[in-house]
Amino acid sequence: MPQTIVLVATRKGLFVLESGDRKDWNLRGPYCESWPLYHAILDQESGTIYAAAGSEWHGSAVWRSSDLGETWEHSSEGLSYGDDSELKLNKISSLSAANGRLFVGAEACGIFESSDGGKTFSLLSTLDGQPGRDQWNDPANQPPGHLGISQTTQDPDDPDHFWAIVQGHSLFETNDGAKTWAPRNKGLRADWPLENPEVGYCVHCLCISPVEKTRMYQQNHVGMHRSDDAGLSWTEITEGLPTEFGFAAAAHPHDRDTFYVVPLDPGHGRTMPEGHAAVWRTQDGGSSWQRLDNGLPHEGAFLGVLRRGMTIDAEDRPGLYFGTSTGQVYASADEGESWREIAAYLPAISSVEVAVV
Amino acid sequence: MAEVHLPTTLLPLFQKLPRCIEVEAATVNDAIAELDARWPGLRDRLVDAGPTIRPHINVYVDKERAQLDTTLRQGSRVDVIAAISGG
Repeated sequence: MPQTIVLVATRKGLFVLESGDRKDWNLRGPYCESWPLYHAILDQESGTIYAAAGSEWHGSAVWRSSDLGETWEHSSEGLSYGDDSELKLNKISSLSAANGRLFVGAEACGIFESSDGGKTFSLLSTLDGQPGRDQWNDPANQPPGHLGISQTTQDPDDPDHFWAIVQGHSLFETNDGAKTWAPRNKGLRADWPLENPEVGYCVHCLCISPVEKTRMYQQNHVGMHRSDDAGLSWTEITEGLPTEFGFAAAAHPHDRDTFYVVPLDPGHGRTMPEGHAAVWRTQDGGSSWQRLDNGLPHEGAFLGVLRRGMTIDAEDRPGLYFGTSTGQVYASADEGESWREIAAYLPAISSVEVAVV
Repeated sequence: MAEVHLPTTLLPLFQKLPRCIEVEAATVNDAIAELDARWPGLRDRLVDAGPTIRPHINVYVDKERAQLDTTLRQGSRVDVIAAISGG
């Protein structure tokens, strides 16, 4: 019987929620020796769980489990810029897996690759030569808790084609396996001065429609945006949302025009506006938005959801899942129409990912 | 021989890694290298790029604060301590 597996990466290790019917959930964990995690994924090709971790004492490593969390190993072999490099690896913050390749996004900004299932790593790119490259690793130019490469997204049909987000700076694309890159920020808004209009945009989360790869969405620091040309240009679609700010986003697996976001207050709080928990959905590519809050708390719920904190499964009627900075996981088995809390009292949640195995 | 005492946070990361182990080594760096040879990856958990001992790991040799190049004597006691920190 297929099991829905929800990976919940937290400040204190990995938790696994599993269900055969998306109604009754079993919680396992914590795993990864309760190391602080930034992101965890399940590679559908290999069936391996990977978790990007950073221990205050013992440094960064990728944990891996090939039996859905029963046993674990970790490695950081090759996850280094070297003793003589100008760059220092401070954390690993994002993962992606496709085409037999595991990518690890790091700060200082770099992408490492493993082609042996997370046993060893090698440096793939530091995006040398790109505009801003000389400045973005300077702590003076970084926000607190900088993630470096906060997201990589691989094209499942082309191993040399992928995207990378440099946090607070830009979305980049490569079509030749990271030999060359190009900024993909045309049309994005920036409410701050730009030295170079090609870069300087704060991309929080990139989603590509599984239905049509040219259709993309992104939650930006300033606004929601849609692309109809695979990221070559962007159109703002914020109107109708309660705030322009948020981190998390998810694209519907069967409908290119349906997309979900979690608007947050843009100030220091970065929680759901007025303490009213809600996910917002567009079904027309961003022309209009609906608040989805049936089953979510409507008052006193100052919940935060980080950039990898929401995900969607690929069932006929997709299920949505989001995790909060205060340790709750909410799930919807009906495309966001209704919600249930499926875990509470977990440590602060960094990411939520789902797979059906 | 030097006697190396390891922090409890390290033990679950490597199979059958004991809390206390004797090594033949001339320096702290050599001691860690010997442990790494027996438990691959252990060095990364104690040593950062540089190389230098990780910021929240403290090493003492015979009760004196030590660095990677600190010399070990016959019978030295090496205490590797995870800083009392976190929350």
